[in-house]
Amino acid sequence: MDHLEQLEQQSVYILREAFRHFERLCMLWSIGKDSTVLLWLARKAFFGHVPFPLVHIDTSYKLPEMIAYRDKLALEYKLQMVVGQNVEALAAQDTFPDRLAANPNMSAEEQAQVRTACCGRLKAQALGATLHGTGIRRRLNLQTGQYETDDDHQPYTGVIVGARADEEGSRSKERYFSPRDKNNLWDVGDQPPEFWNQYKTDFAPGTHVRIHPLLDWTELNIWEYVKREAIPTVPLYYDQGSGTRYRSLGCGPCQSPIKSTSKNVDDIIVELRSGALRNVAERSGRLQDGKHGLEELRRDGYM
Amino acid sequence: MIENARVPEAERQTFHVVIVGHVDHGKSTVVGRLLADTGALPQGKLEAVRRECERTGKPFEYAFLLDALSDEQDQGITIDTARCFFKSATRDYIIIDAPGHIEFLKNMISGAARAEAAVLVIDAKEGVRENSRRHGYILAMLGIRQVVVCVNKMDLVGYDQKHFRAIEAEYRAFLEGIGAVSPRAFVPVAAIAGENLASRGKATPWYDGPTLLELLDKLPKAPPRTEQPLRMPLQAVYKFTKHGDDRRIFAGRIEAGRVAVGDKVVFSPSNKISTVRSIEAFNAPPRTRIEAGWSTGFTLTEEIYVTRGEIMSHVERPPLVSTRLRANMIWLGKKPLIAGRDYKLKLGTAAVPVVLHRINKVIDASELDHRLDKSQVDRNDVADVTLEVRQPVAFDLTSDCEATGRFVIVDGYDMAGGGIITAAVADDLRDLRAEARTRDFNWVPGGVTTADRARRSGHRSALVMFVGKAGSGKMRYARALERALFDAGRTAYMLDGQNVLLGVDHDLWVDAAQSELVRRFGEVVHLLLNAGLIVVSTTNAIGLADATAVQALIPDAPMLLIDIDPTDASAQACDLRIRGIEPEADVIAQITALLAERQITSMV
Repeated sequence: MDHLEQLEQQSVYILREAFRHFERLCMLWSIGKDSTVLLWLARKAFFGHVPFPLVHIDTSYKLPEMIAYRDKLALEYKLQMVVGQNVEALAAQDTFPDRLAANPNMSAEEQAQVRTACCGRLKAQALGATLHGTGIRRRLNLQTGQYETDDDHQPYTGVIVGARADEEGSRSKERYFSPRDKNNLWDVGDQPPEFWNQYKTDFAPGTHVRIHPLLDWTELNIWEYVKREAIPTVPLYYDQGSGTRYRSLGCGPCQSPIKSTSKNVDDIIVELRSGALRNVAERSGRLQDGKHGLEELRRDGYM
Repeated sequence: MIENARVPEAERQTFHVVIVGHVDHGKSTVVGRLLADTGALPQGKLEAVRRECERTGKPFEYAFLLDALSDEQDQGITIDTARCFFKSATRDYIIIDAPGHIEFLKNMISGAARAEAAVLVIDAKEGVRENSRRHGYILAMLGIRQVVVCVNKMDLVGYDQKHFRAIEAEYRAFLEGIGAVSPRAFVPVAAIAGENLASRGKATPWYDGPTLLELLDKLPKAPPRTEQPLRMPLQAVYKFTKHGDDRRIFAGRIEAGRVAVGDKVVFSPSNKISTVRSIEAFNAPPRTRIEAGWSTGFTLTEEIYVTRGEIMSHVERPPLVSTRLRANMIWLGKKPLIAGRDYKLKLGTAAVPVVLHRINKVIDASELDHRLDKSQVDRNDVADVTLEVRQPVAFDLTSDCEATGRFVIVDGYDMAGGGIITAAVADDLRDLRAEARTRDFNWVPGGVTTADRARRSGHRSALVMFVGKAGSGKMRYARALERALFDAGRTAYMLDGQNVLLGVDHDLWVDAAQSELVRRFGEVVHLLLNAGLIVVSTTNAIGLADATAVQALIPDAPMLLIDIDPTDASAQACDLRIRGIEPEADVIAQITALLAERQITSMV
């Protein structure tokens, strides 16, 4: 068994444990490479099926290629696709692009703050409301291919997330099963122990648990697995002739491509193995992270 | 330094190492320096941290590199396990930096429990301290066999060889004393100067052993567990009928051994036997055999009803089954482990109620050689205990199979302790259980299967047993239940113990051993269950103190215990407690609901 197979088998085990222990289980699908690998692993774990809903938080600023890809796969794999959105913040134009348009002379520092706040509203807040069932949920009708208002308003108590430990500092401290309290908060200082393959699966009413089957995967492992399993990915990850590509996908206004001529999965694997990107943080193109941005966002419920 | 040929990326293995030791002995410095010296840090990171230190007037420490979270920077100690990645010439490492502060022992364990090897750091100047010992003990308990000891801060003792040897001798003696595995090696290092970590230093000319990195590179990966007897804790039985899939898939991870299509397998503790029909997988070529490490799934030729928590094995080498286990464990709960309180035991995929049966000894964690006469196990104590589960579980001794020989204990919502099973303790039912196993393993099946019977009758077999004092109304309820089940189209039969006495027990004298009466009664129940019936009975005629003896003889069928107790003071574990004054129809309705809930009359 090689390393990639070991990772795969561990993730499958974790997914099955999650499915066993959480009646109200969902998986977050950001449409990026990690959560798409996660989706694939769910199909591995459940023999071709995905027996829980996939939740996508649509900030309305995602690139159109991502939405098209999401719906194509959802229909093809017969997914229970649920989409959430902070419609209030969008209606109130309380977003980074809106506020930058209103105040084009914003200083770089202020921009960084507004970006983080925007993420807080369009992602963390929207996610919280969608998971708790207090926000709008739209569900894909597999017959018509249209999204309809979801009648299900029950909170999800188990949330599967594609976070990897190597991605960024605060993620390196996650557990495979990581409880969040009633306010969606993560108490980094007081996490439950994890012995061997026994995970935190008992939880007080009102709390929920995040499940991280990809914790031990690296960026390279993800791409190696995409190649091995021939998993479809968004073309934005590849250089289409401009000499640039996206390494991590977020919202249009807050991400920038990296310089790279990798045109396909093989090129990316060669690029990562060569160490060419070693000195560039994977999320460096994600402008909201800032100094402590991501850690703060994560404590508040961001993934 | 020996320059190993660089292994190409595609062929590299990943190796998990945990760094442990007493607080402030320099674990994070060892990791930070390893990262820096193997070129694992992003460009400019080291300089940035140095500049930040200059700005704040703090002396630079490599440990700061790891402080990704502000919590830690404020306290200056590692509070949680953090994963770091670096590469040597030969393989990729995932380093788990575990905290050394006693407050965060649970985090240390979380880090260590997934490691393949450990580096234990001891401060040369401070010497062996409380957590040096405690961590050493825990590593042994967690099953980590490969330990390298770094005697760090050698610069503070003038790189003195005698000093180093004295610590080595003391710590080796300690580990031998607790029966732990002897460390692979002791390395004198000064992490702050990079001495003997990734490269050989000049300050220890008397040391001609390998550097820490050379040692790590030589530690072998754990041998595959494929040669051990087959063990697969059943994780779930899947049937995705809604998605148009009729396969009934028995899923789990093979923890040890190997299995092939056509193999006869048994599930313990139910003793149910079937044969592997196929190995199932998504987006993978078909295969006819599979081995330890795979999270897989099977279809079986004979449909059997087994539930999560059972262990699948070959018939020749089944796991142990008991209700009592002796274990070495560590307790992390905020409240102490005490007798008389209900906990949950999680072992493999099983989760069953458990109580503390007795404390054999509590070991003072600060000394670890001192026996304390304690009546409870406190937070961070390590102890030798006997546990009693409320229903039989399948397991192995940790020396035979690690994955099925260890457990955790949940108190309320929290994982509060974990341990390894050192012995199966004989309980009163051992002989009956052995009898049932021999009987079931050699059972001659008829031409009609259990599944065939269940399909025709619309339900599985089960025993509904009324217990309680004489005169509480057991018989009245039992009769009414039999009638109601029969009228509802169930194949139900009331077995009165008196009728067993009159016939099957006719050869026994009136003073015959109670245990023989129970055994014969249980075997009669077993035959009726095998015929597919819902058996209704009471403990009246044979005066059963409790029904667990009967249960030991029918491991393959569910038993519902209905306790009738007018005083409402009974402590007996049961599925339903009534006071004996309720109308029969109400009780029947409750039992009917239980039968459906337990999937006896509502088959999935």
